[in-house]
Amino acid sequence: MHIDPTLRRAYNIEPNMCWECYSCVKACPMDAIDVRGYADFAPLGHSVRVQRDEEKGVIAWRIKSRNGETDLNLLAPITTKPWGKAIPQLKDEAGPTQEERDSQLLFNEPKYIRMDDGDIHTLESAGLKMKSGVYY
Amino acid sequence: MAYKTIVEDNIDILVAGAGLGGTGAAFEARYWGQDKKIVIAEKANIDRSGAVAQGLYAINCYMGTRFGENNPEDHVRYARIDLMGMVREDLLFDMARHVDSTVHQFEEWGLPIMRDPKTGAYQREGRWQIMIHGESYKPIVAEAAKKSADKVFNRICVTHLLMDDAKENRVAGAVGFNVRTGNYHVFKAKTVIVGAGGASNIFRPRSVGEGAGRVWYAPWSSGSAYGLMIQAGAKMTQMENRIVLARFKDGYGPVGAYFLHLKTYTQNAYGEEYESKWFPELQKMVGKEYLDPEASHLTHRPIPTCLRNHALICEVNAGRGPIHMVTMEAFQDPHLEEIGWHNFLGMTVGQAVLWAATDVNPKYENPELTTSEPYVMGSHATGSGAWCSGPEDVSPPEYFWGYNRMTTVEGLFGAGDAVGGTPHAFSSGSFTEGRLAAKAACKYIDDGKAEGIRVSQEQIDRRKAEIYKPLEHYKIFRNEIVAGDVNPNYINPRQGLDRLQKLMDEYGGGATVNYMTNDKLLNIGLKKLKTLEEDLDKIGAENIHELLRAWELKHRVLTSESVLQHTLFRKETRWPGYYYRGDAMKLDDENWHVLTVSRRDPETGEYTMEKAPLYHLVSESEEAA
Ligand SMILES: Cc1cc2nc3c(=O)[nH]c(=O)nc-3n(C[C@H](O)[C@H](O)[C@H](O)COP(=O)(O)OP(=O)(O)OC[C@H]3O[C@@H](n4cnc5c(N)ncnc54)[C@H](O)[C@@H]3O)c2cc1C
Ligand code: SF4
Ligand code: SF4
Repeated sequence: MHIDPTLRRAYNIEPNMCWECYSCVKACPMDAIDVRGYADFAPLGHSVRVQRDEEKGVIAWRIKSRNGETDLNLLAPITTKPWGKAIPQLKDEAGPTQEERDSQLLFNEPKYIRMDDGDIHTLESAGLKMKSGVYY
Repeated sequence: MAYKTIVEDNIDILVAGAGLGGTGAAFEARYWGQDKKIVIAEKANIDRSGAVAQGLYAINCYMGTRFGENNPEDHVRYARIDLMGMVREDLLFDMARHVDSTVHQFEEWGLPIMRDPKTGAYQREGRWQIMIHGESYKPIVAEAAKKSADKVFNRICVTHLLMDDAKENRVAGAVGFNVRTGNYHVFKAKTVIVGAGGASNIFRPRSVGEGAGRVWYAPWSSGSAYGLMIQAGAKMTQMENRIVLARFKDGYGPVGAYFLHLKTYTQNAYGEEYESKWFPELQKMVGKEYLDPEASHLTHRPIPTCLRNHALICEVNAGRGPIHMVTMEAFQDPHLEEIGWHNFLGMTVGQAVLWAATDVNPKYENPELTTSEPYVMGSHATGSGAWCSGPEDVSPPEYFWGYNRMTTVEGLFGAGDAVGGTPHAFSSGSFTEGRLAAKAACKYIDDGKAEGIRVSQEQIDRRKAEIYKPLEHYKIFRNEIVAGDVNPNYINPRQGLDRLQKLMDEYGGGATVNYMTNDKLLNIGLKKLKTLEEDLDKIGAENIHELLRAWELKHRVLTSESVLQHTLFRKETRWPGYYYRGDAMKLDDENWHVLTVSRRDPETGEYTMEKAPLYHLVSESEEAA
């Protein structure tokens, strides 16, 4: 999206490389962007509008079909936590031991694999081996 | 030139492209490298960049060992049969044993994952998929990456990797330009993790005109992961393994939830079941090991995605199209109807726009399905990408050279679509691969492998001149524009893209030729690609935006050449429904039960192809695993 300096309006500089992803629509704080379906297969007269609210953690959609028979209001959560607060700052975590560095574990593992005391899977623990050829 | 050169020095870990793989890498790198300098260079804005820009309504890769559901090896077997045997089972096993820990963290960060009210376990869509309210999936993982990174450079199109001038075949960072200011950015780094995503728009899309961007994989997936690594001389694998998707026509809306959760099914234009009709013939092409409808029925072994495509393509060619998704039954339940719409809004808004515009009410009408143009990527139901080392406790010697997810270029790692042989990783698996690559990259640095890296000024200046050449070219020749865009001395990026798409489609097995190619066609295609490459040397860019398109095109062309070379090398039809080699219509396990590996010599542009052995996970008792 660019701003037209004369009209002072935002516009899509390359519609034929647009994914219709609505990221620009969701990001505009003034709800100034609207979308109509692509001319080559979408007849005029429909609308799909959206409002996304990080504070409230929800997104609201309204879909209106061309013939007016479909008119849906749909609401969905976008997060269950206050925005961004629940993500750890790994700089401040207790750092890994040498043993952990030499192991196959990632941050928070093995705990987070099963959320219990279960360990990481290995070929040995699963009774498997890698064999070359056609075997299955 | 008025553009500034901005140098970021002393980077330990540079993440080039921060989609699902790159954000995972940046996040995890901070834990193993608490005092390391972690920098992200991203083409768009990290909050919405990549294939997950719109969100997702499902996480397609989750084991659920916590709920007693699946083990990693189950997933390996699933991916293996779906890809007709051709996967890197070490990498898949490794991803699968870690992926649940990734998903559990996502839930903790606030990603709304639906629960089954009866069992309390995550709501399953299918055996591997769980349902989420994922509109903000990308912004959430971006927060995690931003918390870990020292610096995030948004709007940087990375064009080349920097190579070490002190030691051959070792990476030393990357360069690119800011797509808004035009400034030249130099990132000097000890390691680079490429997460720049797969390739859309290399084959001519079915969409035309204003809607040409309405493709399945995002139009900004410019094959940069491949372009960057191929240019640096990294070995690639399974680049012939393009994917074709059966999706809702024109809108490309997802079908997974429809099939698996809403229990819709397909039929031909005359209301008949058509799939099973084509299977006996198909079984003769691929063999019973790969297609055994009876066994599939009894054991729920999936029928490979490509083979189901094949049936759809054949039915349409037989004149009984279009194929319909039968929604009229399921959508009588208002709850399921709502899920159907949410599914689109959460990940493919354009499909909802299309249904609204064309008055499709799936309660009263069964919408059309069709097969897409081919895509090249490595994290969905296909496994193109770089040839990477696996983890030391799983990988056999041919698959292991020291650091997990490291390519054959030292210090150069990959994640997500960038890594080859690892289909069915999807969003969660790509993020997990990023985490694995980050840990390995930290170890690589701590082991002293990145000592003494030197980047000459000559290399930096050379790349700079190369990057801005299309702008120069335009300036020199713009007075010779005949009309509109027509110029005898250069082509513009759109013209180049059109040429690429046409030739890939017609010679490489695209949608308009029903995915058919052969050795002769491929050789012509390669020849035409070479002349396109020559013309790309003379590409003109009117402004910075066109310069972005020019470099995306160059990455797409490098990707395409690799695709054609691999397709030519594998002389069999391994994945009917994805593409056909007319001169070798049968699957040939005797000669081709192998992975294909290529390398493009960065100096000469010459390709060398080789076969790599396929290893399978088998249970110790040796019975069929
Ligand atoms: C329509 C669709 C539906 C899908 N459905 C699901 C689903 O339901 N569930 C699921 O789990 N997965 C799904 N996936 C798959 C999932 O989105 C991918 O597997 C995953 O995003 C791949 O991660 P990645 O990091 O490799 O690529 P991406 O996430 O695409 O990230 C690539 C990043 O690189 C950046 N980049 C590209 N070029 C450059 C450059 N030159 N310089 C710098 N940066 C660059 C891009 O801007 C982007 O940020 C779906 C994908 C699509 C397209
Ligand atoms: S809908 Fe998406 S692709 Fe289209 S202009 Fe907006 S942000 Fe860009
Ligand atoms: S108001 Fe919206 S459309 Fe206008 S410039 Fe701001 S974000 Fe863009």
